[in-house]
Amino acid sequence: MLRLDATDPWIRWDWLGHHTDVIWQALVQHIQLTGIAVLGGLAIATPVGLLVWRWRALRNPVLSVAGILYTIPSLALFALLVPFTGLTVVTAEIGLVSYTILILVRNIVVGLDGVPAEIREAATGMGYRPAKRLLTIDIPLALPVIVAGVRLATVTTIGLVTVTALLGEGGLGQLILAGLIQDFKTPLVVGLAGSVVLAVAADLLLAGAQRLATPWRSSR
Amino acid sequence: MSIFEEVVRWFLDPAHWDGTFGIPNRLWEHVQMSFLATLTAAVLALPVGVLLGHYGRFGNLAINVSNVGRALPSFGILVLAVPLFGIGAAPAFIALVALAIPPIVTNSYVGMRDVDPELKEAARGLGMREHVALLRVEMPVALPVIMAGIRTDGVQVVATATLAAVVAWGGLGRFIVDGFAQRDDVQIFAGAILVAALAMVAELALAGLQWLATPRPMRASMRWFSRPGRTDELVLQGG
Repeated sequence: MLRLDATDPWIRWDWLGHHTDVIWQALVQHIQLTGIAVLGGLAIATPVGLLVWRWRALRNPVLSVAGILYTIPSLALFALLVPFTGLTVVTAEIGLVSYTILILVRNIVVGLDGVPAEIREAATGMGYRPAKRLLTIDIPLALPVIVAGVRLATVTTIGLVTVTALLGEGGLGQLILAGLIQDFKTPLVVGLAGSVVLAVAADLLLAGAQRLATPWRSSR
Repeated sequence: MSIFEEVVRWFLDPAHWDGTFGIPNRLWEHVQMSFLATLTAAVLALPVGVLLGHYGRFGNLAINVSNVGRALPSFGILVLAVPLFGIGAAPAFIALVALAIPPIVTNSYVGMRDVDPELKEAARGLGMREHVALLRVEMPVALPVIMAGIRTDGVQVVATATLAAVVAWGGLGRFIVDGFAQRDDVQIFAGAILVAALAMVAELALAGLQWLATPRPMRASMRWFSRPGRTDELVLQGG
């Protein structure tokens, strides 16, 4: 049974030295699971978001259902899928993509809504066709809010990936779970610290990317 | 027999409604733990956020604390609590409180900061002392925002308490985690339904509290289910 082992230090460097490949694999898997979830979520949320933005009647029903679904705790969402897709990476990824979609759709809709009407009218007056206006005016101006959603979705997913260790996958979460099961602090600390560093790094990276993508806002 | 029929049977089985391992006890454990953890976090975090917002100090700290909090994986924090505090209710409670503090600090800071300065001046002009103005003017005005934060937080605590089954605590998460271990799909699915239902009830109950804390004219814009995502740009200040 688990107990507090006072002789076990927080980090055993010899273990670390012998397990760099395991840690590396866990990190790579963590990034892969997160990347698929965010990019997959973006691929689905973008058309849905545009649709909901264009057809105002869809907005309240779609965003309300998203709100209700988002209430479902992650472990419960994974558990609802297990009878159908098993304790697999597919289950993990369906759950993760679902959460990113819910976050991204709302941010896409609200971001596009925030584009000032005068600017859109001016663009129309200058002869922009709807598709060109969408790509060169609406989306660039909505980008800050959309990227805020991508950042939130990314950081949230990096945390949720650790939970998927319970499904047998889970990137750095596997190290955390191994630390718990073996009553051995080193992998736990490595998995936890790795997940935090990854989340902060991803957030800063996306913030930097956003500055590059929206140079007109650089005065901030 | 389909999984859905089996789940219905699972719920109808009297054995699942009895004793320590029964639904009522697990539900009660979950509710009790979530309530106490949210309450403790609020008692610890509210004074900090309210005072920082009132004096307008350390704004970056108050806002970024929840950005940092979001980077912490709740599963990892729960497991980290085991070598520190043992297994069972203690690590679960401490981890839940720790995870719940940052968002309450940020929300109460923002709520207090955004109180109309003219209102503060008017309170002074009426001869109110600082602490009276704080308690009777600023806090009631900030209350809807503060309650919105506690609501989000409470629902998050209910969700994270599910994971506490992994560190050998009870709650509704037990059905799911034990189901994983026993490869019992029916119990996994039934547990998931219970957890999802509880989270939704918690969201609605806390929305009710928020509604009570919100002045009548502002109630119209309230939602029974808060919407995912974050469309303010607070999050952008981190980078």
